Amino acid sequence: MAEPILNISNLKKYYEIKQGLLAFRAQPIFVKAVDDVTFTINKGEIYGLVGESGCGKTTTGRCIARLEDPTDGSILFRDKDIAKIPKKELRGFRKNVQMIFQDPYESLNPRFTVFQAVADPLTVHAREQSLEERLDAVVGALEDAGLKNPQDLLGRFPHELSGGQRQRVAIARALVVDPKFIVADEPVSMLDVSIRAGVMNLMLDIKEKFQIAYLFVTHDVAIARYMSDNLGVMYLGNIVESAETDQLINNPTHPYTRALLSAVPIPDPDYEWVDVPIKGDIPSPINLPKGCRFHPRCVWAKDICKETSPETVEVARGHFVKCHFASEMYGNEEPPPEVPEFDSGDEAEHDAG
Amino acid sequence: MALLEVKDLTLHFKVNEGWVYAVEDVNFTLESGETLGLVGESGCGKTTLGYGISQLLPDNAHVKAGRVIFKGQDILTPSVKKNGTLDAYRPEIRKLRWKEISMIFQGAMNAFNPVQKVGDQIVEAIRTHEKITAQEAEDRVAELYKLVGIPKDRIDNYPHEYSGGMRQRAMIAMALVHNPSLIIADEPTTALDVIMQRRILTEIENIQKKFSMAMIIITHDVSVVANVADKIAVMYAGRIMEYGDVMDVFKRPANPYTKALFGGFPNLKGERKRLASIPGNPPSLVEPPSGCRFHPRCKYAKEICKKEKPPVMTLPSGQLSLCHFAAEVQSGGGA
Repeated sequence: MAEPILNISNLKKYYEIKQGLLAFRAQPIFVKAVDDVTFTINKGEIYGLVGESGCGKTTTGRCIARLEDPTDGSILFRDKDIAKIPKKELRGFRKNVQMIFQDPYESLNPRFTVFQAVADPLTVHAREQSLEERLDAVVGALEDAGLKNPQDLLGRFPHELSGGQRQRVAIARALVVDPKFIVADEPVSMLDVSIRAGVMNLMLDIKEKFQIAYLFVTHDVAIARYMSDNLGVMYLGNIVESAETDQLINNPTHPYTRALLSAVPIPDPDYEWVDVPIKGDIPSPINLPKGCRFHPRCVWAKDICKETSPETVEVARGHFVKCHFASEMYGNEEPPPEVPEFDSGDEAEHDAG
Repeated sequence: MALLEVKDLTLHFKVNEGWVYAVEDVNFTLESGETLGLVGESGCGKTTLGYGISQLLPDNAHVKAGRVIFKGQDILTPSVKKNGTLDAYRPEIRKLRWKEISMIFQGAMNAFNPVQKVGDQIVEAIRTHEKITAQEAEDRVAELYKLVGIPKDRIDNYPHEYSGGMRQRAMIAMALVHNPSLIIADEPTTALDVIMQRRILTEIENIQKKFSMAMIIITHDVSVVANVADKIAVMYAGRIMEYGDVMDVFKRPANPYTKALFGGFPNLKGERKRLASIPGNPPSLVEPPSGCRFHPRCKYAKEICKKEKPPVMTLPSGQLSLCHFAAEVQSGGGA
């Protein structure tokens, strides 16, 4: 039933930092933004990638859209590895894979009218089209993006549109070339609450109608839950846990996922907050901790976590967890161990006062 | 006696196109130790209202009506100049500001002076109001840092050396220097990741309880209000649409806008159901709609809503709602 459209395996993206005058003599330093990420996106499904800022979720999205060249790994799209093919040969792939960005105030050229913005991809991917055909395609895409009276909008500039309309134009621009897959990077986080629900519903409807798959990148777990069929939780360049959305939300297993989910505010005044079982702050991605990357913040951490990086384990069908104690943690609802005050991470150590 | 009473407050901005009707006819009270959550979308006037209370508005702000009564004294009326603008430098209000009413600003990233050490900036805030030695002030900073959980050795750092969460904590420490009776927190956690947001909110709550301070928390995030506030005021296009105890308003909303706002919020718990979206866009405050400002987007709207500004209705459950059909909306019928 679930037919994979995109297979991402062992994707890596390292950035080299050059610093100082004598940089050429020093050992190169790398920021491992994405480190060994493997997942599959199915046709007509939404894969939600959640995590805090700096976890590598955006970079993963940009690598998949080939806006960044991956350092290593493969991205199989229709049995073709597009991770390595040169930029020149990407045109066919680009027609199938489009991107929606976070800020519609910046992703639309202020000097392009709505028609120019939405028709722009067609000038590359459908050169043979006549102007009438192009006009039809643009109006059709604007309608698909839920904009009423698209004819009236064609000559307008982005500054004449509201935030919600702008994001819908950006969605129309992605839809106009009839893509199979869309990378949406925080597409609703700049929008107001009353507009946001409409744009999210639109994206869900588009998924159903055109069987388009999405990679939906967001920091907001509640939104990710609403949008996604499958979820992946990222921490410092790794996917630490992934599963079908409800399975993951109901059975968070990785210590980081548990901390992340317990920190999300619930819009219900009766809801009792539980303490977030996590220590300290996110370490710098330049000096990654040895062993499990989460161990300095993990309240369950044991000695092995400091030494060896854990394998990814399948704890239930399709539910993967990158933790040494994944099987023990799965379904275990015992409260997290108390953190001794003297061992409460770098910064939190001072919380004790 | 209530700590803070805002009565019929109306604040407009003069701009080239005319007037921006940013805050209209706002009424609420706040007891000491209480938290009011002020929610609304961008441009609804919630920040203007918050800054209006501490009189930190730009020069083109005009007070059209209203009083702000703090500890039994009207602090607003004496500050209003003949042309309606505010005298931000009135000595009485300067004495009050930060000592009695302090603020946690939106985006702690930019709230600190980047070329001055964070500790020095806090010391300055202390010594402006109190004649104590620099050493005493520094000791107070160290105490406050302990309270908000920043290591003492970071006092002599510059703002860029702090992480986002630390800067926000330093901002909170600075707001606390004089043990104020009221803190106005403008989107205190919006720029932070959820884990840090949760820590900061817990910290604010603990500190607030410890010193029984009142707080106004300005945010667009309904779920934050559900978690920290006692009372909620929902603002739309410059007006408070619904006001009451958090429990009452969340359990039985009596205003179409409140209902729509809650309905558009995804939840991590409970069943996954389709969110309801509100048609249209928030109005421009230069030319707000006639009658009820929400009527063009309201599914309950009738003829009267276009013509007449709705009266403030008091519901049996206790909350106030600015809607002609508040009772019907609350019981779910009337559409």
